[in-house]
Amino acid sequence: MSLKNLLGDWSKYRKGHEEGGFHKYEHMWGLAIDLNKCIGCNACSVACYAENNLAVVGKDKMLSNQGMHWLRIERYWDEPQLGGDDRDFQERGASFLPMMCQQCNAATCEPVCPVAATYHTPDGLNAQVYNRCIGSRYCSNNCPYRLRYFNFYSYYESSWPAPLHMQLNPDLSVRDKGVMEKCTFCVQRIRTAKDTARAENRKVIDGEFNTACAQSCPTKAITFGDMLNPDSAVSKKWKAQQVELGKAEQHKANRDLRGYRVLEGLNTDPKVLYLERVREV
Amino acid sequence: MQTKDINENIEWAKINADVLRSMENPRIGYWIAVATCIAMVSCAVVAEIYQYQTGIGVANLSWPQMWGLYIATFVFWIGMSHSGTLLSAILHIVHADWRKPIYRFAEAMTTFSLMTAGLFPIIHLGRVWNMYWVLPYVSDRGIWPNFRSPLSWDAFAITTYLTSSALFLFIGMIPDLAICRDNARGWRQKLYTVLSLGWQGDDRQWRHFRKIYLLMACFLIPLAVSVHSIVSADFSMSIMPGWHVTTFPPYFVAGALYSGCAAIITLFIILRYFFRFEEYMTIPILEKICKLTFAIAMVWSYLNLVEFAATWYGHDQVAKELLLWKFNGPYAPFFWTMLFCGSVMPFALAFEKLRRHLPTMFVVSLLLNLGMWLERWMIVGPTLSLSYEPFAWDINWPSMVQWAIVFGSFGWFGLLFLVFVKVFPSVSMYEVKEMVFHRRRAHRPDFAVELHRRATDPQPGRSPQPGQNPSTEGA
Ligand code: SF4
Repeated sequence: MSLKNLLGDWSKYRKGHEEGGFHKYEHMWGLAIDLNKCIGCNACSVACYAENNLAVVGKDKMLSNQGMHWLRIERYWDEPQLGGDDRDFQERGASFLPMMCQQCNAATCEPVCPVAATYHTPDGLNAQVYNRCIGSRYCSNNCPYRLRYFNFYSYYESSWPAPLHMQLNPDLSVRDKGVMEKCTFCVQRIRTAKDTARAENRKVIDGEFNTACAQSCPTKAITFGDMLNPDSAVSKKWKAQQVELGKAEQHKANRDLRGYRVLEGLNTDPKVLYLERVREV
Repeated sequence: MQTKDINENIEWAKINADVLRSMENPRIGYWIAVATCIAMVSCAVVAEIYQYQTGIGVANLSWPQMWGLYIATFVFWIGMSHSGTLLSAILHIVHADWRKPIYRFAEAMTTFSLMTAGLFPIIHLGRVWNMYWVLPYVSDRGIWPNFRSPLSWDAFAITTYLTSSALFLFIGMIPDLAICRDNARGWRQKLYTVLSLGWQGDDRQWRHFRKIYLLMACFLIPLAVSVHSIVSADFSMSIMPGWHVTTFPPYFVAGALYSGCAAIITLFIILRYFFRFEEYMTIPILEKICKLTFAIAMVWSYLNLVEFAATWYGHDQVAKELLLWKFNGPYAPFFWTMLFCGSVMPFALAFEKLRRHLPTMFVVSLLLNLGMWLERWMIVGPTLSLSYEPFAWDINWPSMVQWAIVFGSFGWFGLLFLVFVKVFPSVSMYEVKEMVFHRRRAHRPDFAVELHRRATDPQPGRSPQPGQNPSTEGA
């Protein structure tokens, strides 16, 4: 690398994160969530518990913030608009924001892990290697979305007393105490789909599989897919909303478009697109 | 009123005798102190075993309060370790000879507080048994730590600093260990014989000694600065409001020197009182440290203001909100105590009356350190409670497990220090002699020559005592 090269192409090196350190991504899994459709039913969250062997920590630990919900439904109340306290009328004021790991392409959690237990995969995923994690919890502290959860205790016995352990999903592990975990975009389903596609000598077809949350949403608020495939449903949504990856600020031609990414200005480049909720006042 | 740093008429033999006396015959108070420290450490050990067995959750760490007192106290102890380097290396290089009677215990403090600090990142890990993964050990699977992570920089920085400061402490002690060897019996004699590395005090040895000492001093200064800058990188390299602050490295280094100096004052008064070191740890020297502490306190306060101003005039809404929340949120009592102890308390050091009053200084120095400990907590805690994601705004106060381990760390430090003062000379004999010698020569040259002749005259039947001949060659 010559000096000229370095000076001239500096911005190129700075923007390297868009490629996540890879020359070529195989896939780029992304989500689009329409908040207009979300009714806050928590089905996605429950599905996530079932699919990903999430520990049920119980009321006490949940109250002391030691829960393990990879996908949480955040509730926010608007400023009272019709007078009175809108909390009494949730249908008026409450907005729901399903938050799962945003699988940032410039993830802030990745560089800070001392043992590189979290890294970027060629699928554009932000992977967490449970076996490698030593539990320094730095990644969670550096996640602006606070979407990483820590196994503060060993939950195996309390969470799935026999015979409940039979319900555990065999496609992925149960984490023990001292390990950080977070939403993986159902990586076990992604792997299965990729393996099947390879065995059948074809490409992964859009809609062939879904994440547990997208699959279980009664109102079809969540769309999952490969953003490198221009024909996938999720790519189309992103395009329609004129939101692009790799940008800290979107320049939309049409200001009425509802698409946005959470805390995009931090330049973490998240891969979850939200479509703002529109409400009649 | 005593104005001289040290009594210039003091005899070499008296210096030896006084320091050696401090290492002998522990009195009942000493044993009580040891017992207290052991009790404190056992509190921490019990808590740690419980936490190890049950999981880190018993410390009431939670989402999003993932770090707590552990990391705050870790930064506190790392900061404490900077005083020794300041006194022994920086002041050595600028030829401030008043440091000589007090640098030894400060240096020991450096080593021991690093040994305490190093425990915290280990204790706070979720899977303690895998802690060696942050080190670049040879693994046949070819797995390396993540060199981009400030936590692995920490691991390198702290191990380097601990090794170097322990070496520096040891090297600076060799001539004194030789004096101990010549005066000791039994196991002590064997120990000192090994440790003094055959020191005879001849010219060649002194020359080498001076060189290596200076070299180590020069090596340690940038190291000390970088160590605390790296510790500050744990926060400033992150993206969170209140942590992502460019002024953190100098702020941390200033804070480190500050708490270190305050701790020196505390230990100074304790040692002076219990070991009757009035002749060496004199009031004028205490005054000098107090002035130094005052200056550093002002630098620290200034950097605080810089941080507030930068946040206030910056455009980061969240950082601004966090700052205001520190001022009037649930952390406010601690925050204001920190500002009071850190920025107002040091003004006590500005008054000569107070500076010369030992009990006042003792209390003040403890309060300064309380402020500095709170400072570290006020860095770690509030940011975790209030950051970008409003849904994750919450406070979790540390549980008894955390408090017990933090409490125990003070016992651990005290225990190490108590062992040190009885096994090793806590005042540098040869350097005090050097200091006396130089001052004498400056003030009363004829008398100095006379005394010097008397001291160097070999007495019949006795070989010259090493270290009694303060050679300054090569210095
Ligand atoms: S399942 Fe669908 S509707 Fe229900 S909370 Fe999740 S996203 Fe909203």
